Amino acid sequence: MIWDIVISVCLVIGAIFTFVGSIGLLKLDTPMKRVHAPTKASTLGVGSLLLASMIHAFVYEGGSLHELLIMAFLFVTAPISANFISKVNLHREDVDPTPPPPGDRTWSTFDTGPADVGEPHHID
Amino acid sequence: MSRLFRFLLPHPMLSFLTAVVWCLLINSLSLGTVVLAAFLGIVVPILTSPYWPNRPAAPKVGKLIVYVALVLWDILIANIGVAYIVLFRSNQKMRSRWVVVPLELKSPEAITILAGTITLTPGTVSADLSDKGRYLLVHALDTADPEEEAKEIKHRYERRLKEIFE
Repeated sequence: MIWDIVISVCLVIGAIFTFVGSIGLLKLDTPMKRVHAPTKASTLGVGSLLLASMIHAFVYEGGSLHELLIMAFLFVTAPISANFISKVNLHREDVDPTPPPPGDRTWSTFDTGPADVGEPHHID
Repeated sequence: MSRLFRFLLPHPMLSFLTAVVWCLLINSLSLGTVVLAAFLGIVVPILTSPYWPNRPAAPKVGKLIVYVALVLWDILIANIGVAYIVLFRSNQKMRSRWVVVPLELKSPEAITILAGTITLTPGTVSADLSDKGRYLLVHALDTADPEEEAKEIKHRYERRLKEIFE
């Protein structure tokens, strides 16, 4: 009984944060702001739902831990997709102008200089 | 003896991780699963060792666990803060802007984990690295003072990662 309540609370928390993530996608107005919304849904939203699944498995079945793998893969892949979307936004130039890096030449997604390509070889 | 050990386990962390992931995938701890996991943990690193000539230095595991716990806690707190901003603050009032974080970390693994941490904690997304890898471009959803935000990231995460990896 008490475990049912705990599982339900986890499910509701997960649902709320996934819902807020979706609201964020609709409400926020610039592309860079919208990148923030799914990070919420994919961390606490999915995490809470998986926690509910694990508690249920441990209370009513033999127990299960492979939800941890879902979490781990999500945590490894979510930042990479967010990073790619950010870079696309930078190239589409519908973002606030980016401040230049104080010491270095430019941000690496705009870096097409000779350092990248290599000097052409002259054979005399 | 140590040469045999190095031949069998060229990358002990990778072997351990492979075995654990296998057990989790099967979702059981029966004898057969564990034996197969140990077999995979030994064979996969040996077969793939030609592909990683520069092996990363082993992180300090104790401090890494503390770091993971801290990040999970921060994710919980930041989620609530960002949910409040998304639901109750209008788009015009959001002070979303770029934050430039100067990096002291040198190793690629540590910078990758720092960038991932920044993206996972809601409210900040790491967007790009400068061409020499000395600055990180971060987008903050709502921040009053970008420099304060950068200092917070450096103090809270980068300092710990430096201890773990360097």
